[in-house]
Order: sequence, then C-alpha cells, then structure tokens
Amino acid sequence: MKRLLFLALCFFGLTAQADPILVPEVSQHEVQVRQGFTGTELLLFGAILDPTGARAGQDYDIVVVLKGPTQPIVLREKDRIAGIWMNADSSAFQSAPSFFAVASSARVLDIVDERTAAIYELGLDFIQLSPSGTIDPDEQARLTAGLVDLRSRQGLYKEVVEGVQISEQVLYQARISLPSNVQTGVYTAETFAIAKGRVIDSAIAEVEVKKVGFERFIEIFSQRYAFWYGLLAVSLSIFMGWVAGRLFALI
Amino acid sequence: MDLYLPIANLSVNGLFIVGLGLLTGVLSGLFGVGGGFLTTPLLIFYGVPPTVAAASASTQVTGASVSGVLAQSKRKGVDYKLGGVTVVGGIFGAAIGAILFRFLQAVGQIDVVINILYVLMLGAIGSLMAKEAFQSIRPSEKAVEKKVAKRRHHPLVTALPLRWRFYGSGLYISPFAPLILGVVVGILTMLMGVGGGFIMVPAMLYILGMSAGVVVGTSLFNILFVTMATTMMHALTTQAVDIVLAAFLLIGSVTGAQMGTQIAQRVKAEWLRLALAAIVLIVAAVMLFGLGVQPNEIYTVTVQ
Repeated sequence: MKRLLFLALCFFGLTAQADPILVPEVSQHEVQVRQGFTGTELLLFGAILDPTGARAGQDYDIVVVLKGPTQPIVLREKDRIAGIWMNADSSAFQSAPSFFAVASSARVLDIVDERTAAIYELGLDFIQLSPSGTIDPDEQARLTAGLVDLRSRQGLYKEVVEGVQISEQVLYQARISLPSNVQTGVYTAETFAIAKGRVIDSAIAEVEVKKVGFERFIEIFSQRYAFWYGLLAVSLSIFMGWVAGRLFALI
Repeated sequence: MDLYLPIANLSVNGLFIVGLGLLTGVLSGLFGVGGGFLTTPLLIFYGVPPTVAAASASTQVTGASVSGVLAQSKRKGVDYKLGGVTVVGGIFGAAIGAILFRFLQAVGQIDVVINILYVLMLGAIGSLMAKEAFQSIRPSEKAVEKKVAKRRHHPLVTALPLRWRFYGSGLYISPFAPLILGVVVGILTMLMGVGGGFIMVPAMLYILGMSAGVVVGTSLFNILFVTMATTMMHALTTQAVDIVLAAFLLIGSVTGAQMGTQIAQRVKAEWLRLALAAIVLIVAAVMLFGLGVQPNEIYTVTVQ
C-alpha cells in the first residue's frame, strides 16, 4: 500500500495534471480453483489522489465493476403451449459476461445520469450483451431482464449499493464475493472515480481465475485425451463395482 | 464436506452425492434398474449442468451394474446370448440417440422431449407392472383364469422372421425382438441419461416373455455395456464426464448395489415388482405435474 501511494505521488509529482488520479489494486491477482474451493472474496482497493495535494479534498464517488470472461449464449424462455411448459422464445447474446458485479459508494443513478451509466455499464440494467438477430425491443428487454434475474439468483450477477467504502476521501475499498460456480478465465475489475456526475478517471486491474493442481489436470486430460479419459472413467467404474462385489462377498 | 467438481465447475456437498449414489445403487441391486432415472434429475435439481449430470450418471450406472452382474452371474441369472443381442442393438441405439440429442438441443426442445418421454414411458410401464404385481399378489379367480390363457410373449414377437434358441431365458424367438428392444433402450439411454433398466425389465417380462429368474441379470448385463458405450460417446463428443462426480456417486452406488442384491434375495419377487411400479409411477406423476405447472425457472441459458 505504501509503495503504491509513493508511486502515485511520484506520478502526479512529475506530471502536472489537473485531474485526480486513481490507483487501484486487487487483493489477489490470481484465484486458484482447487479441491475444496467454495468461492472466495476479492478485496478491491486503492486511492484517489489529487495533483494539488495529498488529499483529494473533493467529494468523490467510486464505482467498481468486476466482469468475468464473456461467452456467446442462447437464452430460452419457457411458455405454456397446449398445456405444457416448453421453450418458446429465444435470443442469442454474443457477449454475455459469465460474471458481473457492480459495487458503488452510493446508488449509481444518484451519482451519474442514465446515459453515463449506460456508457460505462454501471449496473445490471446497463450490461452490454450484444443481442443478435432481429427481435423487437420490448421482447429483447424482457429476455434481457430474464437473463439478469436468472444469473442474479445464481449469484453470478450482482449489484452492491454502498459496497464501496471511502475513507478520508483518499482510500476506497470494495469487497466482491465470487461463488464456487464461477467460470475460469481473466476477470477485469474496472474502477471509476466520479465527481459531479462525471467520470474523472478510471483504471483497470485484472484477476485471473484458474484451476490448479488436480482440477486443472482433469480438465486438460478430458479435453486433450478424450478417448483415454473416457476409458479411465469406464475402468474406474468397473473397478469400483468389482471391488465392492469382492468386499461384500467376504462379509 | 465440500467437493469441487472440475468439469461441472461448481462446489457440491460430497456426502449428498454419496447418498444419492447409495439410493440409486440400492434400486439397481433390488430391481435391476440402473437408477439413472433418479440420479440425473436430482443432480440437475442440485445445480449440476444437465449434460454433465447425464454423462456422469451413465458412468455411475456402469459401476452399479458391474457388482449387480457379478452377483447375478453367480446365481446363473444372466442370459449372455440374449444380453449380447440387446447390447449390439443398444450400441446402435446410442449412436442414433446421440444424433437425435444434437438435433433436439439445437432446436432447444431437448428438455421437454425428455420429460414427455419420461411421463409416457414411466406411466405406461408403471401401470402395467402395478397391474401384474397386484394380480400375482392377490390372485382372484378371474386373474388366475386369465393367466392360464395368456401367451408367454407378445404376438408381435412371433411375427418376426428367423428364430434362435435362448436357453437361459427359456425362449425360442426371433433375435430381432431383443435387437429392436436394445436399439430402443440405447436411444433412450443417450437421450435421457438413464440405463434403461426400467424399460428393459418390463419389456423382457411382458413383451419377450423371458423367465423371471434371468430378467434382472440380463438387463443389468445390457446396461453395463450400453452405459460403457454412452460414457465413451459423452467423453468424445460432449466432454461432459466429470470423473470426480462419477467417483463419488460410485462410492455410494457400488455399496448400495450390494445391499440391494442382498435384500432382493429375502423379499418376494411380486412385492419387489409392486414397489418398483410404485416408484416408477411416482416419478411419472411428478414429471407430469412438472410439465403442466409453471416452472421455477422460465429462462435457461445455453453456452454456445
């Protein structure tokens, strides 16, 4: 932390910039998914520094957006057809983030206007999912809301109002929890410093969520040597069945 | 006990998985059904992705049937010749099933097709079995008369060309009958992620007319090989076999299978059939209810 502050001080000392600088950091740049992984909590913290003094002095708000790797998905909506609930409407999304969390120091729409929030994706209502195919806007809005609702209940999409604490107008910190069902890949944590409804600075930090050890081995094995993996699974089940048969024969 | 599943990408309770395996294992040993028809829906309900659930359940069924087959073959309860014919049909069926699976998945109707299949198959088989079991437990005069007059196998079976002798089953029928049965069960195995025992057992009894003593063993023999084929097919195509999930299910199910076989020897066959019929009917009723009632999740996500 001290080192960061020092670096930041050097930075604004050398550059005579008027706008404040944001120095973000993440508690861990690598989340290791291994046996017993039940999710983790990321601490996203940093400092806002004003070139004119050590203290920012101004009223700032901070919004942190943590975004998981995006995937192309198809969302299907069930409807009652001839008395049976089955998939009816569907929509493809080119880039649906597998994880999306927004933490802010106050309600986002109290800090910025809707337009700014939409530009920077500052909230679950503003996720850019790139829907594809021609579909009317009302339907699209309904399906998007459905996706957000579904993933919110899975703990993958969330909005934490007042999830960011700012102390002394200099330091901020936010905690975002990752559930165990997160997708592996590179996550980006984007921090926005906002004053008077304007984004004055933003910075990105990356967090890599990856499987390690046995879990990583299994994943790679199942993909690269699919045949041998299948054979291993079959042999394992036959062996275990046989052992059990033998053990019970002794009893 | 937290257990992270590397292919399913989530953390589950290991004890719950073992317990689930134990339950299906007991069913497997008791009735000769793989128990996949319970494992797959319960795993999905628990949050495991459907493809991973179906693929890993078929791996588990392999293990549960090994111990069953071993126990049954000791009692000379397996007709290898007839079983061999159904296995050949089953492997063909699994391949057809894989193609159907892809097609239905692309149209987005795989779930509803699976559910309707479950309701129809389980409903029909369950009521047939319940009726038969009741008649054998409380034989009214009428039922006895009917039984005497009854043919041993379905008239359609006799219409098929070519005849083979199946000594174990006490049958002299066309090999196409068990072959077709094998194909149908193979398709269902791949589609529904089940061993197909709950279809195999009643079909062997009431359509082929096999002697009751070899039905369970031969059905398990078929399930053993067909689930091996489907596991391989899943490993190669969907890559959704979670070996950690399968291993924990196996711990429960291999133990359960042995317990089931032990119980089966002490309980009357008619009561067993009645119990299986009840379970099958309950599952069918629950699924039928599920089709008509608004589901908890209106939306589903498929990653492309």
